[in-house]
Amino acid sequence: MKFRANLWIGGALFATVVAAGALAPWLAHTDPVMDANLMNAELPPGAEFWFGADGQGRDIYSRVLYGARISLTVGVLSQLINTVIGVALGMSAGYWGGWWDDVVSGLTNMMLAIPSLVFALAIMAILSPGLTSLLIALGLTNWSYTCRLSRASTLSLKNLGYVQAARILGYGDLRIMLTQILPNILGPIIVIGTLGMGGAVLAEAALSFLGLGIRPPFPSWGSMLSDARDQITTAPWVSVFPGLAIFVTVLGLNLLGDGLRDILDPQSEARAR
Amino acid sequence: MLAYLARRLIQTIPILLAVAGVIFILFSVIPGSFASSLGDDGKAVLDADVMARMNRELGLSDPLHVRFARYVGQLAQFDLGSSFRTRQPVTGVIAERLWPSAQLAIASMLFAIVVGVPLGFLAAMRPGSLLDSVSMVAAVSGLSLPKFWLGLMLMYLFALKLGWFPSFGYGDGGLKHLVLPAVALGVSPLALLARTTRASVLEIMNADFVRTARSKGMSESRVVRWHLTRNALVIVLTTVGLQFGSVIGQAVVVEKLFSWPGLGSLLVDSVSLRDIPVVQGCILTIVLIFLVINLVVDVLCAMIDPRIKYT
Amino acid sequence: MSEPLLAVENLRIDLTIGGVHHAAVKDVSFTIGRGETFGLVGESGCGKSVTALALIGLLRPPLSVGAGAIRFKGHDLAQIGADDMRRLRGASVSMIFQEPMTALNPLSPVGRQIAEMFVLHKGATWVEAEKRAVEALASVRVPAPDRRAKDYPHQLSGGMRQRVMIAIALACGPDLLLADEPTTALDVTVQAEILELIRDLSAARGTAVLMISHDLGLIANMCARVGVMYAGRLVEEREAEDVFRDPAHPYTAGLIASLPLLGARARHGRARLQEIEGVVPSVTAFPAGCRFNPRCAERLERCAADDPAETALAAGGRVRCWRHG
Repeated sequence: MKFRANLWIGGALFATVVAAGALAPWLAHTDPVMDANLMNAELPPGAEFWFGADGQGRDIYSRVLYGARISLTVGVLSQLINTVIGVALGMSAGYWGGWWDDVVSGLTNMMLAIPSLVFALAIMAILSPGLTSLLIALGLTNWSYTCRLSRASTLSLKNLGYVQAARILGYGDLRIMLTQILPNILGPIIVIGTLGMGGAVLAEAALSFLGLGIRPPFPSWGSMLSDARDQITTAPWVSVFPGLAIFVTVLGLNLLGDGLRDILDPQSEARAR
Repeated sequence: MLAYLARRLIQTIPILLAVAGVIFILFSVIPGSFASSLGDDGKAVLDADVMARMNRELGLSDPLHVRFARYVGQLAQFDLGSSFRTRQPVTGVIAERLWPSAQLAIASMLFAIVVGVPLGFLAAMRPGSLLDSVSMVAAVSGLSLPKFWLGLMLMYLFALKLGWFPSFGYGDGGLKHLVLPAVALGVSPLALLARTTRASVLEIMNADFVRTARSKGMSESRVVRWHLTRNALVIVLTTVGLQFGSVIGQAVVVEKLFSWPGLGSLLVDSVSLRDIPVVQGCILTIVLIFLVINLVVDVLCAMIDPRIKYT
Repeated sequence: MSEPLLAVENLRIDLTIGGVHHAAVKDVSFTIGRGETFGLVGESGCGKSVTALALIGLLRPPLSVGAGAIRFKGHDLAQIGADDMRRLRGASVSMIFQEPMTALNPLSPVGRQIAEMFVLHKGATWVEAEKRAVEALASVRVPAPDRRAKDYPHQLSGGMRQRVMIAIALACGPDLLLADEPTTALDVTVQAEILELIRDLSAARGTAVLMISHDLGLIANMCARVGVMYAGRLVEEREAEDVFRDPAHPYTAGLIASLPLLGARARHGRARLQEIEGVVPSVTAFPAGCRFNPRCAERLERCAADDPAETALAAGGRVRCWRHG
């Protein structure tokens, strides 16, 4: 714990996944979508197909590598959207107070009442499946914790001497929020954001698994698993590897988030999420 | 206590209304009219005549505020409209799915509580021990597992290879069919409960009032029984309440995987079929259940912690 | 003089960080007689609270007793087993803490928290114990004790809570009461009432008190004898009167000079308050030689090299200073 094992292991796992995604064109053996060959269908893992071949004879190893691109894109971008929304709403509500605060608090309470996966599902119901829709669905539905935290921290910071001093010096509201308040609440926000990325990767996989996210034949780990369910009796390896990839990615992000929390937000050990 | 309950109930109503409003707007403003999106891939598959008739029948051509007022009026009478596909009333369709969903959610939460809370407690009693390290590594792993993948692996191992449990379906509603989906669904709340319990027990064991208790000459087991349990219970209960919401959300995937006839699989199917009234009904029901559970948890917490009523 | 109730002999308390022992408290010796009130005074971090925790066996890692003896009623509390220590705690030695806000369990009525003492040490049933808890509340001058007993800590003021703590501490008639800054967290008006309560009850029951405070005035008021601690050492130990009239150790002298004296301005005109230069060293970086030497105005050459031993003073008491060695 003193060595911050979680930070280093988490960082290493996440870096591995990022590298796998970034270097996929060089590391992959075959094209993830085009190189289907029914002659190889459901071949078990071996020298040629390291992770085996799926029902259409595609190399699972190559598809898992490319899958990292989709998972990371969705995970990182959607969580960025959430963070920006959450910080903007929370900080402005805490800073300005009044009716705007009431509106934001009401909105936050409402968001907390709808399980985020269910909300994302509802949004996917009216959008057509695909990357953009996923970003919208996941980016708009998981900002409530960030918002609540930003609001509470802003409330406690805005009456501190140095913020008051900035106000007396004639700084504009926006400038005070961005230069005086934001840097001081960034730590916990980064922690929530990192943990949220793990959640977003899981949610993307779940939606794609349900056929509402990335559609086959594009290699998303979730959509690979949705095909794999029917082959579980004949070719279990088709389900094992994409699932492991999700697990490793999310584990990396969760460990990284825990490690960052120990450094950036030490007093929050018991704060329930 | 009654005043507290009343206040919490009154706080719940605007949330429910807001959710209804958002869902209404989501499905009536953004995609244009329901009837046009009545096909797979969002493409209109009906000819203009049929669409016009459906629009009229469903009242979709009225102005928005009129429709929302009508919608809320119907909600107040527990009328959720009728399914686009089957024409059955949504309330009935949902009612059929409630019991299986409740079974699954309760079973998985029970699993999570029965394993997670003692685990977190034991870990906190010996911080830094092997048990502590192993269970906390297991907990963070449990939080990182995709539920449907875990379900798939459980299905492969315990249903297909070992044959201990049926691989999917509801069966006759017996326990056997419940085990695998409940475990798959319960693992992440279990992990979170273990972590929360550990953190709160550790915090309480270092609290001033526990030092006071020790200064009275109390044995550690009495300190735990007389002073720790109730304090930890408040935190554990709050986590259980919040996790219930997450379990209901995650149940969507697990129910679908195990072909469990609950609200979650109904929601997924309706989303795929774009059966909007059923989707709306499912979401409202899920939110209502979540709010009720949190209300119950809050009241329980207020019964244990006298400070809550006054804040 | 008969055998004292408590005799602390060369007590050392270790702070263990990364396997290295730092002596947070070193070579501290003092005695407390039956029914006597002894004061320990010093700045925060000087080791006085830690000493009290050692006396009641509540030191927790990274703190532990490193050496020395704590003789109390025929036991050596530094050696005694955990179960024996537990039986003494609360029954023979009890403690009042600084923070009445957090020292009581927020989820338990205060009456029950007092009643626990009778169940633990007197074998009373809960019904009996609750009845005696009400009596205990009355004895600490809590009005309407039967109603207050059902209250939760958050419903009581800080002063009331500290009364409850006193009721708990004195419930089983201990021989020694450790009072660790019992009034520091309270309003000034309440402080006097609480001190009076401690003084009256301990006198009436013959309870010895170890009064710990950073407040010299309070110690002067309450105690017959005083020990002054600095950086984990007992630098001076004497009759309270002597200490204030003619402090032997430069640190004690500094402490007294830094006190604003009521009426002094009227008599001697406006004078600046004296302060002691420098800051208290941290446990991991105590200076060599006398621990006070870097801040001492009367430093001798040997002070930075050699640690002074305790010297008996002609007027009675002891001091740890080369000026007297």
